[in-house]
Amino acid sequence: MLYREAGQFKTSYEADQAVFPILQDRIGVMVILAVAVAIPFFASNFVLASIMIPFLIFALATIGLNVLTGYAGQLSLGTGAFMGVGAYSCYKLTTFFPDVNIIVLVLLSGLFSAGIGMVFGLPSLRIKGLYLAVTTLAAQFFLEWCFIRIPWLYNYNHSGAIEVPERTGFGGVVLTGPAATPFVRYFVVLAIVVAMTIIVKNILRGRIGRSWMMIRDMDIAAELIGVRPLVAKLSAFAVSSYICGVAGAMMVFFWLGAAEASAFAISLSFQILFMAILGGLGSLIGCFFGSAFIWALPVVLRLVLPSVGIQIGAETVEHLTQMIIGALIILFLIVEPHGLARLWQIAKEKLRVWPFPYA
Amino acid sequence: MRLRKSLLGIAAIALAGGFTAEAYAQDTVYIPLLSYRTGPFAGSGIPIANGMSDYLNLLNERDGGINGVRIVVEECETGYDTQKGVECYESVKAKNPLVINPYSTGITLQVIPKAAVDKIPVLSMAYGLSASAIGEVFPWVFNPPATYWDGASAIIKYISEREGGLDKLSGKKIGYIFLDAGYGREPIPLLEQLAKDYGFTLLQYPVPAQEMQNQSSQWLNVRRDQPDYMVMWGWGAMNPTAVKEAVKIRYPMDKFIGVWWSGGDDDARAGGEQAKGYKTVNLQGVGDGFQAIQDIKKLLVDTGKSQTPASMLGENLYNRGVYNSVLMAEAIRVAQEITGKKVIDAADMRIGLENLEISEERWKEIGLEGFAPPIKVTCTDHNGHHPVYIAEWDGQKWVQVSEWFAPMTDVVQPLLEAAAKEYVAKNAPWPARTEECRQ
Repeated sequence: MLYREAGQFKTSYEADQAVFPILQDRIGVMVILAVAVAIPFFASNFVLASIMIPFLIFALATIGLNVLTGYAGQLSLGTGAFMGVGAYSCYKLTTFFPDVNIIVLVLLSGLFSAGIGMVFGLPSLRIKGLYLAVTTLAAQFFLEWCFIRIPWLYNYNHSGAIEVPERTGFGGVVLTGPAATPFVRYFVVLAIVVAMTIIVKNILRGRIGRSWMMIRDMDIAAELIGVRPLVAKLSAFAVSSYICGVAGAMMVFFWLGAAEASAFAISLSFQILFMAILGGLGSLIGCFFGSAFIWALPVVLRLVLPSVGIQIGAETVEHLTQMIIGALIILFLIVEPHGLARLWQIAKEKLRVWPFPYA
Repeated sequence: MRLRKSLLGIAAIALAGGFTAEAYAQDTVYIPLLSYRTGPFAGSGIPIANGMSDYLNLLNERDGGINGVRIVVEECETGYDTQKGVECYESVKAKNPLVINPYSTGITLQVIPKAAVDKIPVLSMAYGLSASAIGEVFPWVFNPPATYWDGASAIIKYISEREGGLDKLSGKKIGYIFLDAGYGREPIPLLEQLAKDYGFTLLQYPVPAQEMQNQSSQWLNVRRDQPDYMVMWGWGAMNPTAVKEAVKIRYPMDKFIGVWWSGGDDDARAGGEQAKGYKTVNLQGVGDGFQAIQDIKKLLVDTGKSQTPASMLGENLYNRGVYNSVLMAEAIRVAQEITGKKVIDAADMRIGLENLEISEERWKEIGLEGFAPPIKVTCTDHNGHHPVYIAEWDGQKWVQVSEWFAPMTDVVQPLLEAAAKEYVAKNAPWPARTEECRQ
C-alpha cells in the first residue's frame, strides 16, 4: 500500500532515466543515508570499529567482485590478492609521500590494483568460466607470494608486516594510525563507499555496464552487435580491481591498522565471494546485504544465543557460523541463485500489489 | 497462526531479556583470553587456552581469587586470524580488561600501537615483537620470559656446545624451517647475524601458511642439502607435519630442534616411535607433578568445571598456558601491593607487570616448585631474557636433557635496541614514554 508508484508520472527523459525512479525508493535511500550518518553519534566504538567499518569495507570489496563476476560474468578467485595490491601500494605511497592526504593515496592505490588486475585479466580473452577462475587463482597465489617475498613492499620490516603510520588531514584530524578515532575513520570509509557505489551504479547503467552484461549473457551475440570483448572484459577487470584495491587499502589503513600477507590469503577471496553469492550476483544492494549478513552473523550469534539461555562457547560460535554460512550458500545456489537481493526484490514486488497476492 | 505469533512473542521477550546488561560484582577484575580452538592452528591453540583458563579458574575456585578479587575470565575466539583478533580486541576493550593476551604474533603486531593509545597492557609471553622488550619505547608491551631472538640464540648456543664450542660452527650447515609469516621471519635477522659471526651457512625453508600440511617440497630440499642441524619455527598444523616429514626422510631427529612453540606433545607424537630424539627449547617444566596442576585436576578437571581432558594435564603447551596465567596473576598481586588497591585497573596492571618478580620461594608458594627460573621484569627490560633448557621427546613425553642456560643476551640486546629504534622511526610519530617508573 505504501510502496506504490501509481500517480507518479514521468514527464521527461531525465525522470525516466533516474537512478531511483520511484519516490519511495528515493525517500528510502535518504533515510538509510541519514541513519548511516547518525549512527556514530549513538553507537559505541566497538560497533563502529568492529562492525560498521568492516561491513562497509567488505561491501565495497564485494561490489568490486560483483562488477567482475556478477555483471561481466568473469569468475574470479583473486579478490583477496587485488585487495592486497591496493593495501601494499598505499603503504608504499604513504612512505614515499608522507605529506599527501591519505585519502588521496587510498584512491590512487586502486590504480595499481587496476593495472595488475588487467594483466591477470588477459587470459579471460581466451578462456572462460572455471578455467578463468583457475588463472585468477594463480594471481592470488602469485601476488601473495610477492607480498611475502619482496621485502621492498613492506619496507624491509623484520616482522614482514605493513604497519600503518599516523597520518593527518583536513587541518590536523588524525585519519589513520592507532590515535585515529573510530568516529573519524567511519566517516572517511562511509564517504568513500557511498561515492564509489554511486559511481559504479552509473557505470553499470551506461554503455560500459551494458556491454559487460552483454558479454556475460552471450559473448558471441554481443560481439556480433558490436561489443568489443577485449575492451569490455579488460575494462571490467580494471574497474573491479580498482574497487577491490581501494577496499584493500581501506581495510588496512582504516580498519586493521597493520597487516601481514596472510590477511590477503585465499580465505579472504572466498569470504568476498560468499558475500557476493549470498547477497546476490549482479546486484549492488546485494553486496551490502551479503557483507552485513556474513560479517554480522557471528557477532549476532554471540549476542543472541546466550540471551535466549543457550550458553555457547566462543569456538562453538565459530563452528556454527561456518556451518550456517556453508549451508546457506548451498541453499541459495539451489533455491535462489540471485541471493538476498532477489528476496528483497520479490518483497518489493509483493508490496506494490499488496494486499492482493497476485502481480 | 497462533503458534507463529506465540513463537514470535517468545523470541521478542528473549531478545529483550538479552539486552539487560550483565552486572558484575564489585570486586572482580576482567581478563579476556584471545584463544583459538578452531582452524589450522587449533592443535596448538587448544592446550594453551586450556592451561590459561584453568589456572585463573583455579585461583577463583581454590583461593577465591587474588586477595579476594575474583577474576572474570572470558574467551574470545580468534581462529589465529588477525582480522578476528582485532575484532576481539575491540570488543573486549569496552569491558575494561586488565591485560590482553593476543596469543598470535600477527595479532600482537596489530595491537602494539593500539595498546599505547588505549592504555591497556599487552602480555605477549615469549612471542610477538622481540623489540618490545625495550621498556622505554614500549611501556605497554611485555614479553617475558624470553624473546624469539633469545630462543634462536639459545638454539645456536646449544648446537655449539654439542659441537664443542662456537668456533666449531664454522663450515656447518644449519637449516631453518619456518612458518612464512611474521612469526617465522622474526628470528631471521639474528640467525643471519650469527651465521656471519660464526661462519656457518644458514639454509632457509619457508613454509607458507596454506601449505602447512604439505611440506614435501621443503623436506625434499632438506634431503638434498643435508644440513647438519635443523631448526624449526612452526605452529599449529605445521609442527606435526614437519616432524612426520623429518621422520620420512630419515633426518636424524637428534639434530632437529624446535623453538618453544614447536614443542607440543601432539606435535612430536605425530612422528610416531621414530620421532624419539626430537628436541625443543623450553621455558617451563613439563608433567603434572606440580602441586598447582594437581589442584587443577582435583578442583576443576575431576569436577567437570574445565574443558581439559585429564590426559592433557601437564603437557608442554598446557603448562605453557599455565605459565602465562601465572605471570598475569602475579602481576595483579604485585600491582595490588604497590597501589594499595584491591580492584586494580589496566594502568595499575601495567605497573604490576613492570615490577613483576617471581622468586624461587614464590614459585614454591604457588605450588609450582621448579616450574621455571625466577622471573624479574623491570621498567627498562620488559623481557628479562630468562634461562631456557632443551627438552627431548622420548617417544611418550618430553624430558629435560640440558641444564637451564642463558641465551646469548650480549648478542641479542644491541639488536633489540636497534630494532626498537627502527620501529620508532618507521612508525613516526611514535609517542615518547610518559609513564613514570613506579617501584
